[in-house]
Amino acid sequence: MSATEAPPAPAEPQEPVLRKPSTRKRLVPYWLLLPGILWLLVFFALPLVYQASTSVQTGSLEQGFEVTWHFQTYVDALREYYPQFIRSLLYAGTATILCLLLGYPLAYLIAFKAGRWRNLVLVLVIAPFFTSFLIRTLAWKTILADGGAVVDLLNTLHVLDVTSWLGWTESGRVLATPMAVVCGLTYNFLPFMILPLYTSLERIDGRLHEAAGDLYATPATTFRKVTFPLSMPGVVSGTLLTFIPASGDYVNAELLGSTDTKMVGSVIQSQFLRVLDYPTAAALSFILMAIVLLAVTVYIRRSGTEDLV
Amino acid sequence: MTQQQTAGGDVRLTGISKTYGSFTAVHPLDLTVPQGSFFALLGASGCGKTTTLRMIAGLEEATTGTVSLGDRDITDLPPYKRPVNTVFQSYALFPHLDISENIAFGLRRRGIKSVKKQVDDMLELVQLGDFARRKPHQLSGGQQQRVAVARALINHPQVLLLDEPLGALDLKLRRQMQLELKRIQTEVGITFVHVTHDQEEAMTMADTVAVMNGGRVEQLGAPADLYENPRTTFVANFLGTSNLIEGDVVSTGDELTVAAGGGRLTLPRERCSGPTAAGGRLLLGIRPEKISLAHADEADTVAAGRNRVTGRITDSSFIGVSTQYVVESPAGKALQVYEQNVERDTRLVPGAEVVLHWNPAHTFGLDAAQDIDAGATSVEDGE
Repeated sequence: MSATEAPPAPAEPQEPVLRKPSTRKRLVPYWLLLPGILWLLVFFALPLVYQASTSVQTGSLEQGFEVTWHFQTYVDALREYYPQFIRSLLYAGTATILCLLLGYPLAYLIAFKAGRWRNLVLVLVIAPFFTSFLIRTLAWKTILADGGAVVDLLNTLHVLDVTSWLGWTESGRVLATPMAVVCGLTYNFLPFMILPLYTSLERIDGRLHEAAGDLYATPATTFRKVTFPLSMPGVVSGTLLTFIPASGDYVNAELLGSTDTKMVGSVIQSQFLRVLDYPTAAALSFILMAIVLLAVTVYIRRSGTEDLV
Repeated sequence: MTQQQTAGGDVRLTGISKTYGSFTAVHPLDLTVPQGSFFALLGASGCGKTTTLRMIAGLEEATTGTVSLGDRDITDLPPYKRPVNTVFQSYALFPHLDISENIAFGLRRRGIKSVKKQVDDMLELVQLGDFARRKPHQLSGGQQQRVAVARALINHPQVLLLDEPLGALDLKLRRQMQLELKRIQTEVGITFVHVTHDQEEAMTMADTVAVMNGGRVEQLGAPADLYENPRTTFVANFLGTSNLIEGDVVSTGDELTVAAGGGRLTLPRERCSGPTAAGGRLLLGIRPEKISLAHADEADTVAAGRNRVTGRITDSSFIGVSTQYVVESPAGKALQVYEQNVERDTRLVPGAEVVLHWNPAHTFGLDAAQDIDAGATSVEDGE
């Protein structure tokens, strides 16, 4: 008898012991998510809804705004400000490509060749962040100023003749031209390109380079067929981190550009803060968001990085 | 199926060495690997075997000396211009390419357009036909290993270099892959240079084994020859187990008589690599499986003319096919004896007085002027 009674006895206390933590365990992820979700709800989702409703309101600051589902605002905004949109995408795109061209060799160097200097160089890459964005951009104003060393040199070398012919600069000056804005954007967003590139390059197993060399790939082919494809996650995240904020940026256009180089960010800023036309500003923001979202989706799909990692 | 490789020739290393700063990884060494052979570089980690291999591959620049293939000096050729391919320790498969693209990599780099047929043949050779479209990370370790072999072999290299290719696999898979690699080598007839720290692996697979220690080749030969006639204590201890007994030569001739452990032991003169003149100090070596064990009560039944040593069993362990005894004797603190479990003598338990006896012809002699324990540790698993 005792033999048949014994087994159930230890089994019973086991079950509740097992079950209780499992319920609690199942809730743990949600508790951990809660702060983040609340934050996003209050500071991202709600403002977005508010902005969406603003964009379809009509009225004025004195008489108050009212939701009238006036979608015409979008059409008008797009019709009036499409040059700024195109300019934004063009400048941001150019700056992104420049960042990639400047950042890739540097990231490559840090990842594979820097040796014990690696950490120092990485610190140097992020060192500009210790100074404010505005001050750094203002500094570029001095650097590119008329009669400054840079402009003089470019003039002496007749580089500006070429860029002026291309429409990037105007009559021997750099400041207040598209080139100045693109330079500012490139400079300000370069670290956002370098860091993800470095991270993904650094993760590449050095033996893959050896293997490629062993399999008859010249160093150039090794880069083309092994290193670069494997660094695609870094290229994608770097270009996104550069392109998205650059396309909405207005500081560079304001400080380094002229009225002819206004980007959509400047328009939104002035609609909100100076013209006080909130619906138009909100609609412009949504259009920009939609364009960027669309571009990014297509880009990620195209680059096919899901397979990597 | 893959016999179209160009006539290659032997791999010849002449005075090749490698130093890193003040550290010498490989001392100047001469080595010839005959064409079509399966050659193993065997040694513990840090002995310079991988460095030697990498110098053949061109992944490491030799500090001095030359590497030649047949009569062609390839010392200054970069890796991508050498007709050799490597199977890396961690396989180094390209994670962004599928299996068939991994295998086709070398062909494509040489501008060969129609790779499908060859890739399919290779996949078949390594029995991975169904995995062509998978990515490396979707394969098991053993499968990845075979892809690495296929990726190298498809190029019909004159020499295939294998850097601890089985190191990451578990024991059972390792045994299986050893046979598989051997089969492939026999089938394609390419020279294989295999680096390993596993003496069993080297002995099962290779035609010729070079035992390396401290950046030098200690001894080179066929596995059985190395095992039976080690010339240094390192080789004697590193390849299997050896009982080494110190003694002085008392009489010479075709048979050397040596005073050791309070008795006399004899060995054939031609198996002695140490001093053979009277008064010379020798280490007599005898493999544990060649020793027979008799209980002290039956000491008189041991045939005359056999080498004998008396002692007491201190430990015994039954391992199925055989029993391993540790015997303490005046000749040595811990002599190892492996007895086949044919007729087990129940009196042979720890504490029993025994006589160890063996055929003098199975004894080898080494120069006593070397470390008796060299190579005795870290044999089984180096990593």
